[in-house]
Amino acid sequence: MAAQDAGATAPLLQVQGVTLQYKTDEYVVTATQRVDFDVYPSERYVLLGPSGCGKSTLLKAIGGYLTPSEGSIRLKGREVREPGPDRMMVFQEFDQLLPWKTVQQNVTFALTASKRLSAAEARDRAAYYIEKVGLKDFADSYPHMLSGGMKQRVAIARGMAMEPDVLLMDEPYAALDALTRRRMQEELLRLWEDTRFTVLFVTHSIEEAIRIGTRILLLSPHPGQVKAELNSVPPELLGTAAQAELETRINDMLFVH
Amino acid sequence: MSTTVNHAPLLTRPEIVREPVRGQPAEVQKPISPWESVYRIGFLRKGFILLVLAVIWEIYGRWLDNPLLFPAFSETVEALISNLLNGVIPARALISLQTLAIGYAIGVGLAAMLTVLAIGSRIGTDLLETLTAMFNPLPAIALLPLALIWFGLGAGSVIFVLVHSVLWAIALNTHAGFRAVSKTLKMVGLNYGLRNIGLVRHILIPAAFPSILTGLKVGWAFAWRTLIAAELVFGVSSGSGGLGWFIFENRNQLETANVFAGLFFVILIGLFVENVIFATIEKRTIRRWGMQS
Repeated sequence: MAAQDAGATAPLLQVQGVTLQYKTDEYVVTATQRVDFDVYPSERYVLLGPSGCGKSTLLKAIGGYLTPSEGSIRLKGREVREPGPDRMMVFQEFDQLLPWKTVQQNVTFALTASKRLSAAEARDRAAYYIEKVGLKDFADSYPHMLSGGMKQRVAIARGMAMEPDVLLMDEPYAALDALTRRRMQEELLRLWEDTRFTVLFVTHSIEEAIRIGTRILLLSPHPGQVKAELNSVPPELLGTAAQAELETRINDMLFVH
Repeated sequence: MSTTVNHAPLLTRPEIVREPVRGQPAEVQKPISPWESVYRIGFLRKGFILLVLAVIWEIYGRWLDNPLLFPAFSETVEALISNLLNGVIPARALISLQTLAIGYAIGVGLAAMLTVLAIGSRIGTDLLETLTAMFNPLPAIALLPLALIWFGLGAGSVIFVLVHSVLWAIALNTHAGFRAVSKTLKMVGLNYGLRNIGLVRHILIPAAFPSILTGLKVGWAFAWRTLIAAELVFGVSSGSGGLGWFIFENRNQLETANVFAGLFFVILIGLFVENVIFATIEKRTIRRWGMQS
């Protein structure tokens, strides 16, 4: 179920030979070097690697916040040039919600500001997705009244409500406690089962990568280069020897040379 | 420092599993004492301080017994009430507030333009920083002689110095607020497809609102202070004076109680704006949004 036959459909997102560099006051730092990968519709694609492998930088480039110094990023065949609502980001930081808007208004505003929907339609769709992430009772609360996990849920609801071509998640659960993180991972899989959205997920946790992903891109650090592109284990095999085996394999690839 | 390690086996202790008890009347919430709930009301606390100050004033005034130098609180209140009733103070206050409103509005407008310019470009930032560094320390009153040459006697000169006193405080605070807006929020705005003015209006201004409000408050205090001072300085030859002119006039006539009444009204307006207008805005916005506790 998870790994589809890639030959049948065209890739949704094509990353070809992407080199990303940023300037500090003294150096030009290369974050990633000639990275290639394709993401197909409805995949849960995970970028995995230790810190310094440029995975977050890569995601920001796909989001349109950075321009590659080499190579190209194409979404549905069109070159990515600037940020836009067809690629919604879910950030790690809890302050990604607008503090002056309620939960409901946060989701609605995303839809109206990007001119995706009229105000009335936006309200309905916002209510639908807020209910989906289980925050119906908190729709009129302001973000500062919510826990970290609830804030991330709102951010996910907002991202999904926009119904983007691809949902970009930048370590969205890294700042959560372990119990909440586990619950959120399961929730994301459940939400995915409903609508089968395409998601690109950045993490540095091998366990999370296997749990969330259908396909995993391993990046090696300094500068980030593709080390491998693996298929994850299907959900029914989670918790079995297959998961442990894959975990060991990834671990060896990333840390043993 | 002990170097021996205790190798005795750990105690084997039984495990404990419990069901949480439900429906038992435990005291989870209880009302706070009446004294404490009164103490929590901010304006009652401040009112109490004002009351104590008024009592001290009254006692000192009576002890001095020289209304020409220092009228007591009761005499001042009397003068204030009679001047309120005969319409002199309200008319003068209205003139002052009108001038203030014009100067404040122009100042806010210019500050908005400068800060938008400053976040839009590097050179705009440099411009704002240089101008603020130059003019912010310059007392507005020091510009009054110049203003008199340029705009002559009357509202024009006062408005000029008012704008000067408001502009830099607001521009400086707003710009600092814009720069402190989290990168994530800006990225969220860009993600929605917001650009330029849309980004400023929907993301930067609300996100920087605590700083903007501080700027507006500081600007208001500067403006009010400057206005009264400016009216005092050249109120003599100005035909239709405001509150400052009222104070000056009564000093010349040695109506000290009226002078006090005028000053008292200046303070009252200051307190009203700070504690009612700005406090309400704060409560409805940044407190509600959890941006300020």
